[in-house]
Amino acid sequence: MPAARWRGRAGRDTLAVMIQTLTIILGFQLAGEVISRIADLPLPGPVAGMLLLVAACILRPSLADRIRPTTTGLLSHLSLFFVPAGVGIIAHWQSLRSDGLGIAVAVMASTLLAIAAGALAFTWVARLTRSEEPDALRDQGHE
Amino acid sequence: MNDPLLIWSYLAQGPLVWLTATLVAYLIGDACFRAAGRKSWANPVLVAVILLALLLISTGTDYATYFEGAQFVHFMLGPATVALGLPLYDNLPRVRKAALPMLAGLLAGSITAVASALLIARAFGVGGSVLASLAPKSTTAPVAIGIAERIGGQPTLTAALVLLTGIFGAIIVTPLLNALRIRDWRARGFAIGVAAHGIGTARAFQVNQTAGAFSGIGMGLNAVLTAIIAPLALHLFGG
Repeated sequence: MPAARWRGRAGRDTLAVMIQTLTIILGFQLAGEVISRIADLPLPGPVAGMLLLVAACILRPSLADRIRPTTTGLLSHLSLFFVPAGVGIIAHWQSLRSDGLGIAVAVMASTLLAIAAGALAFTWVARLTRSEEPDALRDQGHE
Repeated sequence: MNDPLLIWSYLAQGPLVWLTATLVAYLIGDACFRAAGRKSWANPVLVAVILLALLLISTGTDYATYFEGAQFVHFMLGPATVALGLPLYDNLPRVRKAALPMLAGLLAGSITAVASALLIARAFGVGGSVLASLAPKSTTAPVAIGIAERIGGQPTLTAALVLLTGIFGAIIVTPLLNALRIRDWRARGFAIGVAAHGIGTARAFQVNQTAGAFSGIGMGLNAVLTAIIAPLALHLFGG
């Protein structure tokens, strides 16, 4: 039976679960889009939809369990969705080339500085408020 | 129609070839990433973009034609952003506990990203609308484009700068934070989310779920804060 391939370990139809989850997620994106336009928020629709999803999960924790399998898969391949926009860099190659060196140095140096400043400020205040969770380097096998 | 050139010119105008090419390029990028031991320099977005760019240039295809097919993948950015709500929900108790460290990391990361980019670019003689396009580069693309339009930047240039920032951030974050001996997954994730938006968040999820959740929060908060500070910073450092 080829149809059996689509059934997950729990015996549920995994494709149906995917479709349900996508419908739920698109519903929240749609609601976020509508609310952000009606209320004229500075947030883009998907970010408003994300906050609505959090609120809905707080009100109904079973929702979180239902969407977890598909959502986790979606997020582990988040990189894929940036590829089409990334290819757009070649479409703007001329405008990037005119101020190339200054732009390249500014993007690289400021990104490096911003990551360092954000992480150092976070850990510094975490230490002050005694809420540290220092296990990252150990997990990565650095110590 | 059995002339291969005719078949190609027929296919190259439709979405099928470019959608397939996008997925194949990503699968190759992901395979390279795994083969390289999940190291950050083998960034799957970077590998896929280089492969597709070479393909477009060698076949003389313009970006608009390519995007006809790739838009189906591009569309999924919205649902993926909504999906970030789940790790945020899963980590809510830890998020509440980390409110103050997050506020500090957000202010430091966001202000550094905008101010240092403007100061460095201006030192190289960059000015005008390019500076305005550069100011919001650390935020997620739709927000960055909105901010750039409001302060006199070029939306398409901003989109390219946002992506370069994300790819570069995703590549350097692991060695940089290891060198700084940052041991807290929350700090590591939050900092990359603030500085390098969704591409940084994708990198964070490759490494650790907690880092990914905090990166998503950092990205969302920075989108709001940059909308406020980018016009101010441009006023202060742009002139």
